[in-house]
Amino acid sequence: MGEANQHKAGPEMKLTLGPVLYNWKPEAWRDFYFRIAEEAPIDTVVVGEIVCSKRSPFIAEHIPAVVERLSSCGKDVVMGSLTLMSLTRERNAMAELAAAPELTMEVNDLSCLGMLGDRPHAIGPFVNIYNEATAKYFASHGAKRICLPPELPLTAIRTIAAALPDVTFEVFGFGRAPLAISARCYHARLNKLSKDNCKFVCEQDPDGLAVFTLDNEPFLAMNGVQTLSYACTSVLGEIDDLTEAGVRSLRLSPQQCDMVEVAKVYRDVIDGKRSVAEGAAALTAIYPIPVANGFLYAKPGSTFINNVAEAQRTARAL
Amino acid sequence: MELICPAGTPSALRDAVAAGADAIYCGFSDETNARNFPGLNFSRAEMAESIAHAHDEGALVLVAINTFARAGGFELWQRAVDDAVDAKADALIVADVGVMEYVARAHPQQRLHVSVQAAAANPDAIQFYVDRFNAKRVVLPRVLSVPEIAAIAKAVKCETEVFIFGGLCVMEEGRCSLSSYATGKSPNMDGVCSPASHIQYREENGMLVSRLGEFTINKFANGEAAAYPTLCKGRYQTSEGAGYLFEDPSSLDATTMLPELKKAGVSALKIEGRQRGRAYIERVVRTFRQALSALDQGLPVPSDALRGLSEGQSTTVGAYKKTWR
Repeated sequence: MGEANQHKAGPEMKLTLGPVLYNWKPEAWRDFYFRIAEEAPIDTVVVGEIVCSKRSPFIAEHIPAVVERLSSCGKDVVMGSLTLMSLTRERNAMAELAAAPELTMEVNDLSCLGMLGDRPHAIGPFVNIYNEATAKYFASHGAKRICLPPELPLTAIRTIAAALPDVTFEVFGFGRAPLAISARCYHARLNKLSKDNCKFVCEQDPDGLAVFTLDNEPFLAMNGVQTLSYACTSVLGEIDDLTEAGVRSLRLSPQQCDMVEVAKVYRDVIDGKRSVAEGAAALTAIYPIPVANGFLYAKPGSTFINNVAEAQRTARAL
Repeated sequence: MELICPAGTPSALRDAVAAGADAIYCGFSDETNARNFPGLNFSRAEMAESIAHAHDEGALVLVAINTFARAGGFELWQRAVDDAVDAKADALIVADVGVMEYVARAHPQQRLHVSVQAAAANPDAIQFYVDRFNAKRVVLPRVLSVPEIAAIAKAVKCETEVFIFGGLCVMEEGRCSLSSYATGKSPNMDGVCSPASHIQYREENGMLVSRLGEFTINKFANGEAAAYPTLCKGRYQTSEGAGYLFEDPSSLDATTMLPELKKAGVSALKIEGRQRGRAYIERVVRTFRQALSALDQGLPVPSDALRGLSEGQSTTVGAYKKTWR
């Protein structure tokens, strides 16, 4: 590969591992994090069940060991809050999490902010921060890290990050993009079950259940109460742009593939050890799902803009 | 309970006032409001005149400034707030925390309502808006059941408002990027969902195919009623079954729930549809006015009066009666 598409960005771009969004078997979940702790070039790890509180009890017993292992391997650990809360037990669980002074919370629902007071915290991609005024408000009340909503275009990301140089901004960098949350469970609906008696059918789809149109176009992925994109986000071609825009971490969202290798690809491309094209080819081999990055370009999120090819075309035209 | 009706134009506002609305909600004709459709909404002058007219007739006007401000474009939302206050709006309906902070700081006397787009689905989230920005009312998401609404109404220090008729979001409002995934246009940023500009219909093997952006949303056999291709109400397939995976193409009609909503302590009832025509608004408002009068007099509430006005011809009480819980 030529040097033209080698990344110039320095080591300031870090990597965050987002929470596992799917219903994984508890032991598989624990072992996944043990391996991440030992092998993945990841700086920050968000742990916890953020999609469906019915799944929380299964991983609860493994959380202390996972947090301990990640911390002892030098990772910053953040505890993710639920995204949609309506039950008293969900509220109480979050209040308990917010009260634990040794843990940093990633807030995915504003109800947690009242519980935290102005204590330092992170804000996850499910809190609506679309402009610098809103970001400033949250930063002035204790937000130190902010993962921006996946649908934000690069122009907005740049404006927001420029307004708050002291906040660590992060964007969604890899994985199926979370698009919607509901009180209703679509896995249960598909299986003609009620939510309260769902039999945890979502565990059959640890990578999400692919949703196709009636013309067989791959479209979405179902994950219980959550709906995600079918396509896998990839911002390998935008690392320079995002760095220049003030983004300081990329969020890799766990899918059913070798996430240690995914992290190595991103790390290598950031460090200039692999070209974007080499990284993209490696990613396709690790997780053979079509990629998308349209949100960054204010285009339909399902589309993929080949930034490197565009850059080469422009270079030839000059 | 206050009856709150939508108005997409000044004449629709006059019709809604005449038909018995207690309050009307409407927005400026720009991206600051979540029904940013061509030919819809109010100029500054129209807003001031319409509010004056409503006040003369004893009705309130709530101005919706309920999209999330564009990064770098915050002045547009600030100006909408300032102009709505100048026009003597009775309340502002706001979704964006940055805009709420501005309202509370620049216009502390202005009554503030939390938009459904702000995704306040539990007492803690609602209390956050009350404590931080002095919000007086919250519009609740359409994902809650009546018992959940009753519990919230009891727990929070502000009024509650719920939708009773019209479009039905099955995803939590303000947290849905499905439309922008398919079209690049989103409710949060552009004030539109599954916009008509991105919809195409085509005939294929005797079927009518509806497409949104690059995706097929539904196919209809000859004679089958073709509902508008809202993304979450399309027909899709998976390895485990096909059909309306998220929601049938139905709309909300909570007429039969009015007694329970009253008992739950709800302060205001909202009709969706600022994009709807005058005749529709007039009929819906008049029908609900009659239903509420019947309710106040202890008479049975007529339940079938609005059938045929709904998209896809079928209606649901949505999450209010939680059969899927």
